[in-house]
Amino acid sequence: MSQAKVQSANVDYAAFPDKTGHFGPYGGRFVSETLISALDDLTEMYERLKNDPEFLAEFDKDLAYFVGRPSPLYFAERWSKNAGGAKIYLKREDLNHTGAHKVNNTIGQALLAKHSGKKRVIAETGAGQHGVATATIAARLGMECIVYMGAEDVKRQAMNVYRMKLLGAEVIPVTSGSKTLKDAMNEAMRDWVTNVDNTFYIIGTVAGPHPYPQLVRDFQSIIGREARSQCLELTGRLPDALVACVGGGSNAIGLFHPFLNDETVAMYGVEAAGYGLESGKHAAPLNEGIPGILHGNRTYLMEDEDGQIIETHSVSAGLDYPGVGPEHSWLKDLGRVHYGAIDDEEALNAFRMLTRVEGIIPALESSHAIAYADKLAREMTPDQTIVVNLSGRGDKDIHTVAEIDGIVV
Amino acid sequence: MNRISKRLSDLKAEGRKALVTYIVNGDPNPDVTLLTMHKLVEKGADIIELGVPFSDPMAEGPVIQRGHERALAHKTSLRNTLAVVKSFRETNQDTPVVLMGYANPVERMGAEVFAENAKNAGVDGLLTVDLPPEEAPILIDKLKTAELENIFLLAPTTPRERAEKIVSMASGFLYYVSLKGVTGAGHLNIAEVDQRINELRTMTDLPICVGFGIKDGESAKAIGKSADGVVVGSLLVAKMGELENESPEMIAQAVGDLIEPIRKAIDEQ
Repeated sequence: MSQAKVQSANVDYAAFPDKTGHFGPYGGRFVSETLISALDDLTEMYERLKNDPEFLAEFDKDLAYFVGRPSPLYFAERWSKNAGGAKIYLKREDLNHTGAHKVNNTIGQALLAKHSGKKRVIAETGAGQHGVATATIAARLGMECIVYMGAEDVKRQAMNVYRMKLLGAEVIPVTSGSKTLKDAMNEAMRDWVTNVDNTFYIIGTVAGPHPYPQLVRDFQSIIGREARSQCLELTGRLPDALVACVGGGSNAIGLFHPFLNDETVAMYGVEAAGYGLESGKHAAPLNEGIPGILHGNRTYLMEDEDGQIIETHSVSAGLDYPGVGPEHSWLKDLGRVHYGAIDDEEALNAFRMLTRVEGIIPALESSHAIAYADKLAREMTPDQTIVVNLSGRGDKDIHTVAEIDGIVV
Repeated sequence: MNRISKRLSDLKAEGRKALVTYIVNGDPNPDVTLLTMHKLVEKGADIIELGVPFSDPMAEGPVIQRGHERALAHKTSLRNTLAVVKSFRETNQDTPVVLMGYANPVERMGAEVFAENAKNAGVDGLLTVDLPPEEAPILIDKLKTAELENIFLLAPTTPRERAEKIVSMASGFLYYVSLKGVTGAGHLNIAEVDQRINELRTMTDLPICVGFGIKDGESAKAIGKSADGVVVGSLLVAKMGELENESPEMIAQAVGDLIEPIRKAIDEQ
């Protein structure tokens, strides 16, 4: 699967995925035949609604009044001064209702579910953020909601499990395979193939079969559109660099996509290096993986020489996934986005730093982006700016961090 | 003529239906598979469908998922599966063997290398659950070059126009997924399957085998009334799990015994 590097300046990013759902060699639809017609229906409905003024008005209204958008672009002045390089701005997705960027997408998909007439929604979740966001919107729209979650994650994220139950969702622990996010996604697919007539599958990231990577990206692109105009307003120019963490990659693509055709804006996606890239115990398929097929799309994966998916590790459950959205794989090959990696320890240090220096407790996922931006800022100058996506708040991670510190909360 | 087409046309000439049996290579351990394949043939299996273990078997119900997990604990994979087929061919040159699995192990090996190795091992066809025809032009081409059948799936949700397109590309036989669901599901609707098969008959002369949800002689017989063959899988894999710690000979015997009444039932048509 060696793909010649295309001159990225010649690519019209808005034109992808192509009609068959591919980003170059990536993406597509690798699913059971039973699901093809449901995906065709979804594609057709989305194509019809994505430019429909009424649908968009409904979406915008929810984003404004239910989520609380626009989220601020915040100048992290003390951090910038400490780093001594570029000016760092945080896109405050942590301030959204439910505490992360995930809700932008669940609202969009729940509106599609509503238009489809399906009254039952299902979702997979790792740390529980997407599950909570889905349960939240399902509660508001009065829909039945089933969330699949790896049995290991159910144990580790008891609070989010309880939040989902409070919101009226049924949380089903998944005991197959490695009992984590990838297995939850397998199980959600199995539910969908069984209940395809009455069920809408709300996928939480820019992965899965076409049209999911496209529609999740479109719903999350509100992040980048806002950041772009806020940056112009605050600094009078476009940022020099964007930084976002990448698990499946929805917050990153949401920030990056509206800037892709702005050649002067450099972009950095940050994967989880776990115990270190050299340890093999990480979740960095774009850094260390190779292209393969999983969960409905072709993309970079963590797999062994037999094509079996291997277990990943990250201190952050939201990045602990062996694949990545297909558009990221394509952007990597094109050289448009640089994908780096930050290990557990660096992320934990960044978590503590931001908390103490800016009074903002970031999610461990977002802490990977913060750690990376801290290094990057030091190589840049005070007349330059970086926008970092602060994709979620860290309340959910307090227990994890306390445990690492040897403290019982 | 490929072994699959020959076997199915011979059966048709005899007025009999094909019994297709599915087990996972290496389940519950690598010593069981070859013995069981021979035993299944002895007890009346017409086509052996050999599951290629995969870490994320998205289309499988819990029973076959466990089969994949048991197999992977012994690191059996695609390369080992090809080696097993090669051993099988040392004493059996007639029974068609179809590999059933997921796209990634084949992708990892490479379409061309796979087709060549599979041909050399004595494989007759490939059925990839998560690889719709649109995504597989290269693999389809390589399989054709190696004279291997690419078995296409049709589902209850496949619209007519799409079914026509798939049928036009197919060879060997068509695999009709009997229900909306995963393997081993319990909501088979015989009348619905009959209706779909009759519809497919208007599009093609290819044999149609039906899988997913066939659990016993009764359901096999009912499906066999309209289909050319029935696929039995979860029933056999469940037995593999149940007898996990027994000797390979005993497991092979017990799994073989399971298909006897099914063979009998479909022959009573």
